[in-house]
Amino acid sequence: MTLGLAVATPVFGLITQPVSVAHYLVVGAIMFVCGIVCMAMKRNALGVLMGIELVLNGANVNFVAFASPYLQGEGSRSLGLDGQVIALFVILLAAAEAAVALAITLNFYNNHATVDVDRADDLKG
Amino acid sequence: MMPGIATFADAVLAAPLPLAAINWHSFFFVLFAALACGFAVAVVAAENVVRMALYLVLSLGATAGLFFLAGAEFVGAMQLMIYVGGTLVLLVFGVMLTAQAPFVSIKGSGRDKVVAGVVGAVLLAVLLQAALSVKAWRAPAAGVVADPAATPIGMALVGVRVDEPGVGAPARNVRPGYLLPFEIVSIHLLVVLVGAAYLARAKRRKIPRAIDVAASAEPPASVAEHAAIGRDRQRSGSVLAGGR
Repeated sequence: MTLGLAVATPVFGLITQPVSVAHYLVVGAIMFVCGIVCMAMKRNALGVLMGIELVLNGANVNFVAFASPYLQGEGSRSLGLDGQVIALFVILLAAAEAAVALAITLNFYNNHATVDVDRADDLKG
Repeated sequence: MMPGIATFADAVLAAPLPLAAINWHSFFFVLFAALACGFAVAVVAAENVVRMALYLVLSLGATAGLFFLAGAEFVGAMQLMIYVGGTLVLLVFGVMLTAQAPFVSIKGSGRDKVVAGVVGAVLLAVLLQAALSVKAWRAPAAGVVADPAATPIGMALVGVRVDEPGVGAPARNVRPGYLLPFEIVSIHLLVVLVGAAYLARAKRRKIPRAIDVAASAEPPASVAEHAAIGRDRQRSGSVLAGGR
C-alpha cells in the first residue's frame, strides 16, 4: 500500500498541476548529463557523436522552455522569439557538425580500419 | 510486484475525480519527458551502436513532442525533419558503413564507467539545484490560450518582426529581425557542405589497380611491376569502396 501510494502520489501531483519552466529545465539537465556521460564513456566515435547530439538537444529544451509564453507564470514574460530562433540555429549547426564529423570518422575508418577513439593517437607527442 | 500494481490501481481509482482532475497538457508533458529522458539514459547504457542510434531517434522524437507542448511548433517540426529525418539518417549510414563485427560494441573499462557515473551524478545534482532554485521558473503556467502560427518566426528570419516584444526588447515599432544570423548560417551550411564533400571524397589512386591494368591494352612490362601493384594495394588498407 505504501509503495503504491509513494509512486502514485507524485505522479498524480505532476499530471494534475500545470507545468512550469523548471519542469523543462529538469528534462534538459537530464539529457545534457546523459550526453556528457555518453561522450566521456563511449569508445566508439559514433557513440561520442550521439553524445554531442544529446547535449545540444538538452540545451535546445532549455531555450524553447524560456521562449514559451505558455509556461511563464503570472507577471513574468518569456524570452519571445529569440529562444526559438536560437533553438533553430542550434539544430542547423548540429546537422552541419554531424555531417563534418561523420566525414572525419569515415576518413579515420578508411585510414585505420577502426572507429575506436582510443586508437586515434597519431598526433600524440 | 503484483501488490504494488494493485495498490497503484487502487490509489488511481480512489483519487477524487481521477479523469477530470488530470491536466492533459501536464499529462502529455510527463509522457514525452519520460520517453525523452528514458531513451537518453538508454543511449548511455546500450553497448550496441545500432541500438544506440535507435534509442537516440526515439529520444529526439520525444523531444519534438516537448517542443510542440511548449508552443514552438515550427521548431518541433524542424526537429523532426532535420534531426530525425536528416542527421539520424547520416548517423545510421555511418553506423552501417563502419559496423564491422569487432566495432559494433566496444566496451569501456569498468573504472571509466564508475568515474563517468560519479562525475555525471555530481553534474546532474548541480544542474537540478540550479534549475529548481529560481522561484520565477517554478511558477505554474498562467494558461495563455495557444495561438499556433509559423508566421512570426518566418517573418523574423527575413528581418521583419510581427510578434510581441520579449524581455528587454525595445518597444519600438521597428525591431531587428534575424536576417544577418540567417545569412551567416546559410553561408556556414554551404561551407560545411563543401567541406564534408571534400573530406569524404573518393581519392584518386596514383597507381592504377591491377584489374584496371589487366583490362588495358598494354600488359604490364614485367612480373616485378605486378608485384609492386599488389604490394601497393595491401599497403593502402582501403576498406571502403569509396576510399580508393
